[in-house]
Amino acid sequence: MEELLNIFVKSVFIDNMIFAYFLGMCSYLAVSKTVETSTGLGIAVIFVLAITVPVNYLIEKFVLKPGALEWLLGHEMASQIDLSFLSFIMFIAVIAWMVQLVEMTVEKFAPALYSALGIFLPLIAVNCAVLGAALFMSERNYSSLAEATTFAVGSGVGWFLAIVGIAAIREKIRYSNIPAPLRGIGITFIATGIMAIAFMSFMGIKL
Amino acid sequence: MGLLSTKDTKLITNPMNLENPITVQVLGVCSALAVTVKLEPALVMAISVTAVTAFSNVIISMLRNTIPNRIRIIVQLVVVAALVIIVDQILKAFVYDVSKQLSVFVGLIITNCIIMGRLEAFALGNKPWPSFLDGVGNGAGYGMILIIVAIVREIFGSGSIWGISLIPQSWYIANGGFYANNGFMILPPMALIMLGVIIWVQRSRTKELIGK
Repeated sequence: MEELLNIFVKSVFIDNMIFAYFLGMCSYLAVSKTVETSTGLGIAVIFVLAITVPVNYLIEKFVLKPGALEWLLGHEMASQIDLSFLSFIMFIAVIAWMVQLVEMTVEKFAPALYSALGIFLPLIAVNCAVLGAALFMSERNYSSLAEATTFAVGSGVGWFLAIVGIAAIREKIRYSNIPAPLRGIGITFIATGIMAIAFMSFMGIKL
Repeated sequence: MGLLSTKDTKLITNPMNLENPITVQVLGVCSALAVTVKLEPALVMAISVTAVTAFSNVIISMLRNTIPNRIRIIVQLVVVAALVIIVDQILKAFVYDVSKQLSVFVGLIITNCIIMGRLEAFALGNKPWPSFLDGVGNGAGYGMILIIVAIVREIFGSGSIWGISLIPQSWYIANGGFYANNGFMILPPMALIMLGVIIWVQRSRTKELIGK
C-alpha cells in the first residue's frame, strides 16, 4: 500500500507528464484556452490512461515480453520467442481500439458525460501522454497490475493539474500587456517553463 | 533549380520559416523538447522524424484513394507505427548509445502530431512526390528548431558541442578557474523557455505571423 502511494505521488508531482517529459504538449497547448474545456480534456485523459495502461500491461506481460507466451506454448518453445519489438504497434493499436470502445460505451450509457467529453475522446488516441505512459510503464517494469494502474492514474492527475493550471493562467494573461510577437503561444511556453521550475521543487523528495 | 519546380521548392522551404511545424503550427512539441539537452540525440531525432514523416506521407499518399474515410486514423497509425519500428531497430543496431538516451521518445514519434497533421492535411489530398517533399520540408523545419535549441543548451549547459569541450578545463572552478556551467540549461524547464524565446524572435522578424 505504501509502495502504491509512493508511485502515485511520484507520478503526479515528480515525474509529471508535462513538466518533466513534455508529453501531450500538442493538446495541452491547443485546448488550454479556457478552464472549462481543459477540465473536460483533463478528465478524459485520466479516464483513458486508467483504462489503456492496465490493458497494455497485461499484453506486455502475457504476450510481448521475452518468454511471455509460456502459458500458451510451454516453457521450452516460449523461451525462444521475443516479441518486444512489436510493442509500439501493439500499444498504439490497443490505445486506438480502447478509445473507440470507451467512446461508444460512454455514448450509449452516459450521454451527459459523452456530450461533455465527446469531442476530446478521439483526440486522445494520438495524445503523446497516453502512448508515453504505456512506454514508460514497460520501461520501468512495474511489478504488478496495481502498480501500473496507480502509475497511470497518477500520470493522468498530473496532466490534469498542469492543463487546468495553464488554462487559468491564460485566462488571466489575456488582460496583460505583453509584447505583440510574444502574445499567444510564446508566452504560454514561457509560463509553462516557469510552472515547470515550480514543480521541480518536488524533485528533492526521495520516494 | 532543374530538378524541382518553384512549387516543389516552396514545399520544402515554407516549413522552415512561415509554416514551421513547431513555432507556427505548434505541432510535435511533445517529443521535441526532451531530446534537446545535447546536440547528438537532437540530430538523430531530427533525422528519424524527417524519415518517418517523408515515408509515411508517401505511403498514405499512394493509398489515399483506397482508404475508407472512417478508419483512416487507424490505417495512418499502423503505417506510422510500422515505420517507427523500422527506425527503432536501425537506431538500436547502429547508434545504440543514442537510442538508449532517447528511450521512449523514439516510440513517441508515432504520436508526434507533425506526422499525423501532415498526413491529414497534405498526404490525403496530394500525389506521392509532392507529399514526399512536404514530409522532408516539415521534418527539416522541425529538425532545425531542435538543433538550435540543442546547440544553445549544450554550449551553456555542458560547455561543449557534439561532446567536444569548448571551455578549457583550467577555467572551471574545480580546477582553480572562474567558470561554471549553467546547470539550469540542462533541466527540462529551460527547453520550454528557449522555445518561447525562439518564437518571440521569429515573430518579431516576420510581422505576418503576429496574432496567429
